[in-house]
Amino acid sequence: MKIVACIKQTFDTEAKIAIGGDGQISDEGVNLIVNPYDEFAVEEAIRTKEKDGGEVVVVTVGGDKAQEALRYCLAMGADRAILVNDPALAKADSRAVAVTLAKLLSEKEAGFDIVFTGKEAVDDGAAQVPAQLAERLDLPLANVATALTISDGKATATREIDGGSEDIEFALPAMVGAQKGLNEVRYPSLPGIMKAKRKPLDVLSLADLGLGADDVAVKVEMVSAELPPARQAGQRLTGEVDEVVAKLVQLLKDEAKVI
Amino acid sequence: MEFKYTEEERMMLQMVRSFAEKEIKSLAKETDKEHKFPAETVRKLAELGLMGVSVPVEYEGAGMSNICYSIAIEEISRHCAATGVIMSVNNSLACEPVKLFGTEEQKKKYLADMASGRKLGCLGLTEPNAGSDAANLSTTAVLDGDEWVINGRKIFITNGNEADYCVLIAQTDKSKGHHGICAFIVDLDNPGFSVGTLEDKLGIRGSSTAELVFEECRIPKENLLGEMGKGFRVALTTLDGGRIGIASQALGIARAAIEDAAAYAKERVQFGKPIAKLQAIQWMIADLTTHYEAARLLTHRAAYQKDQGESYAKEAAMAKLMAAETAMKAATQGIQILGGYGYTTDYPLERYFRDAKITEIYEGTSEVMRLVIANHVLR
Repeated sequence: MKIVACIKQTFDTEAKIAIGGDGQISDEGVNLIVNPYDEFAVEEAIRTKEKDGGEVVVVTVGGDKAQEALRYCLAMGADRAILVNDPALAKADSRAVAVTLAKLLSEKEAGFDIVFTGKEAVDDGAAQVPAQLAERLDLPLANVATALTISDGKATATREIDGGSEDIEFALPAMVGAQKGLNEVRYPSLPGIMKAKRKPLDVLSLADLGLGADDVAVKVEMVSAELPPARQAGQRLTGEVDEVVAKLVQLLKDEAKVI
Repeated sequence: MEFKYTEEERMMLQMVRSFAEKEIKSLAKETDKEHKFPAETVRKLAELGLMGVSVPVEYEGAGMSNICYSIAIEEISRHCAATGVIMSVNNSLACEPVKLFGTEEQKKKYLADMASGRKLGCLGLTEPNAGSDAANLSTTAVLDGDEWVINGRKIFITNGNEADYCVLIAQTDKSKGHHGICAFIVDLDNPGFSVGTLEDKLGIRGSSTAELVFEECRIPKENLLGEMGKGFRVALTTLDGGRIGIASQALGIARAAIEDAAAYAKERVQFGKPIAKLQAIQWMIADLTTHYEAARLLTHRAAYQKDQGESYAKEAAMAKLMAAETAMKAATQGIQILGGYGYTTDYPLERYFRDAKITEIYEGTSEVMRLVIANHVLR
């Protein structure tokens, strides 16, 4: 089996978000990690390989720092990694990432059996790449998957849907978008970390993929960034029960606008 | 000079920190309160390669640097100092002497078993009348045909109750003083061995501290570790390396106290503002952080020199002295910052306080550290 896992490097979920002098979200002093949903994807990819044999390739679109995220996946047990790093991708939106990955996976890395992604990244929470990539690769997508079984070129997955879950069956090649619960992510062992240093990590430009800056021109532009307003202190209503209840109802209607 | 982690050090830091937060933090209170050896955690540490961090890969270790080892012990001890010392003793006091002085056969069997975590190790050095005066041993080993016959008692042995193997230091010829001391590897399945008293301790309560009793304990002749009469050197060299581990453990405790006290100071409002806005608190946090960073640099330097194959005994002693005293100070002042809350078991500060104290005592007291440093400077 040729198994691909697509990952994104994101801020640590505990990072304190700050807006820099340029009006953009600042990554200064922020610890960067592999997007937690993508960790489920990588883990599932490695488990699939451990069960059925083959090779796990981890791919990402990002800057120089993204190499560290890839090394982490190699330390977990992936076999090799590819980073697509290009100045034209500095402000890549979901579409640009999907275009880039689709080109990479349909040409240079063609011949895979299954592609894993996280269901979304914890930074922008857009959840766009899995569906866009599946569409471009013309593959079935088992998105928001919490269980997966593969045998004889067929797969069954349990996926979360509104108000419940459904079991689906599909043929490979296919894509799976990992949700929490799909597996328990391993820690890279120390021998794994040592081995990761010697595993291949290729860095490709858009030109290497046969793409130009126009192909990845952004359709979504960030106009400005601001932090959520500081939380206001709560109000305490005092007085007779009837008065308080009337006041509460009025506030819920006029101020909180929830009824 | 570069004050920067390598990629592998950063990766291991990230992994161990995340492991400690998710797998150890929630168990630390119970481990302490119940005097409970964290067997399941030790098994997980072994799976990750943390029981033989700087043992070569060919003997089933991780083959990493001593800097990595220091980072790992600090991160584990940040959440549970007892787990930190269990790991430190196996790595520094049991694996290391076999790695440095063992024969190929000894390394293949004993080192690989301990580095992989299949077996747990301990060091049998201290006796009732041989503490800081480590040469004054009365445990004896007498050669009888193809076997050494061991008799005597060791006390205060970390991991003693769970260990499978012991690196034992014993007297073979009292008349020769230091030169009559030898090191041995003892398989503790041996019928001549038993565990005596288990200590009930102030801190690091999750790790066992046991008396080891040897009565006509017979071990194969080839289990002599290192050369005849060089056992005292094995012990001292082992302790030098162990001090990097204990310094790192103390760093973990110090950081825990500083981080928890700082977080509390930012939340706790008195006189209409968080106490972190008061200079009295700020100065404590500033001084503690400075001492912690200084101790950390000393520890990493000792580890670095060890990695480079340079002498590091003085540096390791300075690192342990500074880190241990910083841990004690940070825990003391951390409790002070939390006030009455810090004195209760609702917060972990009192545990840090109890755990910190031992770092000023074991693997060489702070007084012995000063002696070692002075001997290097004044010789």
